[in-house]
Amino acid sequence: MKKQLFIFIRKEFAHVMRDSKTLLVLFGLPIVQILIFGFALTNEVKNAKIMVVDRAHDVYSQQLIRKIEASRYFEIKTDGISNSNIEENFKAGAIKVALIIPSNFNQNLLHENAAELRIVADASDPNTANTLTNYLSSIIMDFQNEVNIHTTLPYKIIPEIRMLYNPQLKGVHNFVPGVMALVLMLVCVMMTAISIVKEKETGTMEILLVSPFKPILVLISKVIPYLILSLVNVCTILLLSVFVLNLPVNGSLLLLFAESTLFIITCLSIGVFISVKTDSQQTAMLISMMGMMLPTILFSGFMFPIENMPLPLQIVSNIIPSKWYYVIVKSIMIKGLGFSAIWKETLILFFITIILTGISLKSFKIRLA
Amino acid sequence: MKAVELNEISKTYGKEKTLAVDAVSFSIDEGELFGLIGPDGAGKTSIFRILTTLLIPDGGSATVDGLELVKDYKKIRSRIGYMPGKFSLYQDLTIEENLNFFATVFGTTVEENFELIRDIYVQIEPFKTRRAGKLSGGMKQKLALCCALIHEPKILFLDEPTTGVDPVSRKEFWEMLKRLKSKNITIVVSTPYMDEAALCDRIGLIQNGKMLSIDKPDEIIKSYQNKLYQIKALNKYALLKDLRAMENTLNCFTFGEYLHISFKYESDKTSIELINSLTSLGHSQIEIREITPGIEDCFIQLLKN
Repeated sequence: MKKQLFIFIRKEFAHVMRDSKTLLVLFGLPIVQILIFGFALTNEVKNAKIMVVDRAHDVYSQQLIRKIEASRYFEIKTDGISNSNIEENFKAGAIKVALIIPSNFNQNLLHENAAELRIVADASDPNTANTLTNYLSSIIMDFQNEVNIHTTLPYKIIPEIRMLYNPQLKGVHNFVPGVMALVLMLVCVMMTAISIVKEKETGTMEILLVSPFKPILVLISKVIPYLILSLVNVCTILLLSVFVLNLPVNGSLLLLFAESTLFIITCLSIGVFISVKTDSQQTAMLISMMGMMLPTILFSGFMFPIENMPLPLQIVSNIIPSKWYYVIVKSIMIKGLGFSAIWKETLILFFITIILTGISLKSFKIRLA
Repeated sequence: MKAVELNEISKTYGKEKTLAVDAVSFSIDEGELFGLIGPDGAGKTSIFRILTTLLIPDGGSATVDGLELVKDYKKIRSRIGYMPGKFSLYQDLTIEENLNFFATVFGTTVEENFELIRDIYVQIEPFKTRRAGKLSGGMKQKLALCCALIHEPKILFLDEPTTGVDPVSRKEFWEMLKRLKSKNITIVVSTPYMDEAALCDRIGLIQNGKMLSIDKPDEIIKSYQNKLYQIKALNKYALLKDLRAMENTLNCFTFGEYLHISFKYESDKTSIELINSLTSLGHSQIEIREITPGIEDCFIQLLKN
């Protein structure tokens, strides 16, 4: 029995290793995803084009402009800009935001203790507009404090903000756990489903079923190679995140691997379930892509905050295993928490796994129909 | 003891209860080479899957090697060899790896039963490090047969083993089956090719899930009721049309360059009268000759009845 299992697993590895396309998907996907999310896709706004209409031309206005120039968020656009028409520039897409300093800025500030500034933002992209006006407001606040350094106001509230776990507000912290959930979901579910359905398509499954080899062992030997390969993927992702994205693992590495193994088993049982219910590789692939990847992206909370969703969707999100895995990975990797903090999520994931494994084992047939 | 025995076996598919196998009963003796002959969709594969315990029949009972089909499926599985119709092995494994894999999965080794496959294996051995996907159709079939034989089964089920294989390889394949038969392995084979039917000990003609006739190929041919003629003229298509329009024509089908025809009423003058009437219809170069019917003629006649 051991010998049979061994040769079967070796055969599965041969299938993967000899197919360059599978290899590419298996090992290329995590690397590409990490790099894309790490460098290309980010919701931080940098070097936004700003147009400053300075009607004052005095000391203070120059000081403010220099301050904006110094920040890495903005890039003051001067060339090719007709000062007269702000809207034209917005329409042409040359600028994202405009700041208008009125002619008597200095005077108003000194003598009336109040000066107005106008900020105009391109809200066709509301998130960016919001972010930019926030950045700009905080620069202006800063500037105001500098100007007021000699005078003391009667009352003053200074909020001291501390961003825990991610002081620089880096997007990386959010998506590395997300990519881990996504890649594992994709690799385990799709690869397992396809590899089993492929045997159905080529007729080798019929032979395996009529062999004295137990059907349950067919399943186990199908699943083990992908478990190992997925753990390799977890390693790749962690190595990339530590050495390329400078995101260290704050918690226990062992715990992280243990939880990942649990999640991988969840995904593998989904894969087996899909393979039982489908007869062609294309269908299996489509179901894994649509049925698994999409909910992972939508409901795991790594792209869209679950708190903002309507209640029915929030309830739906609870049955998505990747949601729980995402929370677990974030807690271990970013917050550096131990098992005591994530036992609830682990337990939920554990039960989902038990149920899914049960269903897929039960639905796996020892005959053809 | 019979190697295989079916008793009123039926199988339906889907919600519409499409009848694939309709109360089929027959038995196969030990050491026999039995052929299941019929067109695509006749129910051959369904019968094979039932006998290899892959499908449960809806009605009837059957035994394989004396074992009850549903109850003893585990025991049956270790005693039979099966080559499914669409079986194409693992394309990305080499000949050697495929053989080793199936030997191990069936709980044996290549060395242990090498004698049984030696004749077949030596033909593909020069390519043993080649991947199965890169083999020709004939070589694939040989390898598949080796894989089905490696655990020394008592009964071998081959579902359309020669479909898509060139004529030379087909001939070789049937010679191999003859040799296996001499080693006392019961072989059940299905084929859509009528010319292969004559090579079996006994054949069953099957159509639309029903067994039309089961007998030795010679006996089936003997049971052909009418005289059969082959006929040829310059314009084959017009000839077929005219012959079918004639009142005395029972059956008329094209067979390569000839037409096969049988008549309702027969006398000594039938063929002469026919030539005369065909000449008057404008046909030339008419040739007519009485022939012994083949399996295909019998099959057509059985379908007509």
